[in-house]
Amino acid sequence: MRIPCPLCGPRDRREFYYYGAEDYLHRPAPDAPPEAWDAYLHLRDNPAGITRDLWYHETGCTAWLLVTRNTVTHEILEVALVAGRTAPKPARGRRAAP
Amino acid sequence: MRYSGLKVITEGLFGNTGWRPAWRDPAPKPEYDVIIIGGGGHGLSTAYYLAKNHGLTNIAVLEKGWIGSGNIGRNTTIVRANYFLPGNSEFYSHSLKLWEGLEADLNYNVMHSQRGLINLFHSDGQRDAFARRGNAMINQGDDAILLDREGVREHLPYLDFEQTRFPVYGGLLHPRGGSARHDAVAWGYARGADRRGVDLIQNCEVTGIDIEDGAVRGVQTTRGAIRARKVGIIVAGRSGQVAAMAGMRLPVESHILQAFVTEGLKPVINHVVSFGMGHFYISQSDKGGLVFGGDLDFYASYASRGNLPMVEHVMEAGMTLMPMIGRAKVLRSWGGIMDMTPDGSPIIDRTHIDGLFIDCGWNYGGFKAVPASGWCMAHLMATGQPHEVARRFRLDRFATGHLLDEEGTGSQHNLH
Repeated sequence: MRIPCPLCGPRDRREFYYYGAEDYLHRPAPDAPPEAWDAYLHLRDNPAGITRDLWYHETGCTAWLLVTRNTVTHEILEVALVAGRTAPKPARGRRAAP
Repeated sequence: MRYSGLKVITEGLFGNTGWRPAWRDPAPKPEYDVIIIGGGGHGLSTAYYLAKNHGLTNIAVLEKGWIGSGNIGRNTTIVRANYFLPGNSEFYSHSLKLWEGLEADLNYNVMHSQRGLINLFHSDGQRDAFARRGNAMINQGDDAILLDREGVREHLPYLDFEQTRFPVYGGLLHPRGGSARHDAVAWGYARGADRRGVDLIQNCEVTGIDIEDGAVRGVQTTRGAIRARKVGIIVAGRSGQVAAMAGMRLPVESHILQAFVTEGLKPVINHVVSFGMGHFYISQSDKGGLVFGGDLDFYASYASRGNLPMVEHVMEAGMTLMPMIGRAKVLRSWGGIMDMTPDGSPIIDRTHIDGLFIDCGWNYGGFKAVPASGWCMAHLMATGQPHEVARRFRLDRFATGHLLDEEGTGSQHNLH
């Protein structure tokens, strides 16, 4: 698997550190209820298909990347820099089981 | 039909014409007392123990493929009880005891072989950690023997003891550890459940879960609607999709774990062996193939195949530890879809929907857990109370902080 870094071009998967789902971009406010923090840290849509997740170009340009890819085919559809994005949206998705 | 040595001989004398299918192929009824979604190892054992231990027989197991088509038919077949944390330790100990009586219980040869498991260590620090783990195993009532370098040499003379990069300091021997024939486990539980009246319904994919007033009422499937007041989700790597049908998000991310099998060789590796300085573990199947694997690829995936970096790592680690396997030809490799939880431990719990239960999060260790997982899930579904040895496998433990982080690396999806 190769990931096309917006700064470095296509690079081998070994250069990247996988952090996790896009949920990590939607950090709750410090005074948000515990359920919001549980959802942010643990609960995942875990889709079979298109997903967006965060990768760190550890042995390259050290940029954080938002990668849109297909979890069934390993196809990489889009790679964008996390830096410079507009303010993150509030946490999305269904609420957890109480 | 009861299987026995005499039966094999008489069938052999009469042309093997008397064998019958090991389970029926029923059409789904409109209603059951219990529906199990998922006909893998854990789903089948749950149905079996619901019938055997709790007297429930009006049960359907719904399998979207065929029995044995998932992870139960492709794994590295290791059976062990060498866990450390309270919560895990008693559960896997219970599972190993069930394994030891499984063949007699099922009247089925699952080829359970307690050939001994050796976890190698390569530094003073690792020795201390394994000594502590061994003491925890002994305290649990299981067995563990700390071997020094010469002790390991007696068991595994073929290791590369001369190398200086990762010298073998010793190993933790778990004599009751070993392996079993994976698909026979599925078949044995399937046959056992079927004989007690459970309907195993193959090629039946669940497409929706019916919920009314906060209680489960049944499921929608590719073979029509089926009603039930109790439904168990036991679908491993697909847990996220099935739970979403009930409006739930789980603390689960599905990852790829690769494993490899060589061509058949004469007996050469008599134990299950794991390397302490790289991700590599190996055993030899009764058919002769070397079965070995490593760590996750470490990204969310449903591709059922992995990438080359982990292939390289596993091969390098294997060659470092036991150069003698270098000329064996790899016959096949595969990637299993693992339902990874943030702390690396499983979930057996009820959900916030009445009558809906879930058994998931087996990470990369589900095979050895098959008997106890079914035993405890059946107990939970039949009685409404968690079984004593599985009471810490709670769905809400990430929210409450009662984690079961066996590796001690943290509770985060990309760390286990």
